[in-house]
Amino acid sequence: MTTLSLGTAFGPEGTKLPTPLLQAKGLIKTYGHVQALRGADFEIYPGEIVALVGDNGAGKSTMVKALSGALQPEGGEILIDGEPVHLNSPVDAQRHGIETVYQDLALATDLDGSSNLFLGREKFRGGPIGRAIGLLDKKGMRAEARSAFAELGVDLQNAESPVMNLSGGQRQSVAVARAVAWANRLVFLDEPTAALGVVQTARVLDVVRRIRDKGVAVVLISHNMPEVLQVADRAEVLRLGRRVAQLKMEGATVADLVGAMTGALEIEEAAS
Amino acid sequence: MTGSPTAASSSTHLPWWRRILASNTLWIFGVLIAISAVFAILNPAAFATPFEVRSVATNASMLLVVSVGMTFVIVTGGIDLSVGSVLVFSGVVAARVMGAGTDEGPTADWPRILLGIAAGIIAGLIWGLINGALVAYAKVPPLIATLGTLGAAYGLSLINANGQDLRGIPGKFTSTIGLGTVGGIPWLIIIGALVTAAGALVLSQTRFGRYTTAVGSNPEAARRVGINVRTHLLKVYALQGALAGLAGVLSLAYFTTTTITGQTSLNLAAITAVVIGGTSLFGGRGSVLGSAVGVFIPSVLASGLIIVGVQSYWQNVALGVVLVLAVFIDQLRRQSRSRA
Repeated sequence: MTTLSLGTAFGPEGTKLPTPLLQAKGLIKTYGHVQALRGADFEIYPGEIVALVGDNGAGKSTMVKALSGALQPEGGEILIDGEPVHLNSPVDAQRHGIETVYQDLALATDLDGSSNLFLGREKFRGGPIGRAIGLLDKKGMRAEARSAFAELGVDLQNAESPVMNLSGGQRQSVAVARAVAWANRLVFLDEPTAALGVVQTARVLDVVRRIRDKGVAVVLISHNMPEVLQVADRAEVLRLGRRVAQLKMEGATVADLVGAMTGALEIEEAAS
Repeated sequence: MTGSPTAASSSTHLPWWRRILASNTLWIFGVLIAISAVFAILNPAAFATPFEVRSVATNASMLLVVSVGMTFVIVTGGIDLSVGSVLVFSGVVAARVMGAGTDEGPTADWPRILLGIAAGIIAGLIWGLINGALVAYAKVPPLIATLGTLGAAYGLSLINANGQDLRGIPGKFTSTIGLGTVGGIPWLIIIGALVTAAGALVLSQTRFGRYTTAVGSNPEAARRVGINVRTHLLKVYALQGALAGLAGVLSLAYFTTTTITGQTSLNLAAITAVVIGGTSLFGGRGSVLGSAVGVFIPSVLASGLIIVGVQSYWQNVALGVVLVLAVFIDQLRRQSRSRA
């Protein structure tokens, strides 16, 4: 039987770790009459791959939006390195080294990969005057983008081609590369493989491991249980707006995950 | 087809000549040269003269200034129908400040003229801010917002001028900016060229231009990377307003009067120029240099047709066909380029 526990934190090697990198306590968010989050908790420790799983309507998307600054919860608190923070926008989260790859990728498809990677964080040339008028250092940005793509094993045949000319997998790669290039703490990946084929999915999972190996933690939102078991160190399971389980993936089975998601497997509420 | 899932290889960087060949601007420029060549062959004595080139360029300079601003607006996925009215309004304001219609007008000196120029540009800027606020903050579709300001600015111009074109513009103003030259080149052409060069630089080489493109391509993506989309839209419409104001000042100097009823199709002409120039009406892609070439195609067509003796009304027919064709081609290209 798998370790099912609440209130005990496990690092990648099962060691007890002092302070979570990012933590949510008792988040509450309602949309009209629908309570998307009813006091939900979440934890991720440095260097972990954590899968955020749950059935449709469990509150996964709302949780990710709250943790990445895209929406503000009505109750509860968010802590980074144990310090309470207010994330009023995605830019706030980015300042803490937290990046998000949205399901819709959020790319400006008329721009090329490099322009997308540096969008909102452009580099300038031409000294103080160039900086004042915002003169873009296209060459420098392109070179850095190329190495960022290469680092993830992404091959864009034509780096200057608008993103709209790329295949689905390549677009995904651009969005992931952008997040990884700027995140030094944590990356959220919202259903990164939902639209991909078998080969591309394998590659994305490989990329997820590479991100972790860089020392950046990953939160993976996924519906695909075998995929979660394959890549994640731990899963945080949401059901009806609450976290109902924290599962170590080592030795866990799809049945364990599904059981926790659907409530078939009841878990002792220890702490919280 | 799709990217290989394996190892990283260096992405290719196209050489400059391949990029130029691939650009729309070059092809449109080729069309302009071809049209000019045809007229030059048909009537070399009248068409291919420095005088004719200068006269075409001078006439086009006000449209050029407006089209530079229109390029930015259309790249954001918007449109500005109010440019003609704003041009007229700014001209009326500038004329009033310069003392047109009073005894002091014709003899006013430079301080007052400069004040008038500034007033005209600021008047245009204010209309641009109104357009931008309506589009970005009140979420009124650009087509309707600027149709509204088109009517309002036109009406206010007529009220301000009591329904009559203002005369008595300072002579020093019209004889320099309107008709004067520097080293044989008319002021109007110099100003038009400077605005175009600055616009091209800003759109293609600066952060402001890149944000303009990003906002037109995917506003939500722009928002998520921290670009203030609404403020940016406001700035773009304000820029267009200020340029329409500048065009109003130029027009006042060139025609030595406010041309209140003469600018009703300026919006159509500017939009046509921008679209011929390869800027997508769907936003996200555009070129100021392309728009400049797009300005000259109708101008060359007009003067060429007159010179070879074709009824000039045919020009409007040709223009309409070219506009629709250009949008149709853009539509086809977008469909074929964009993969699902």
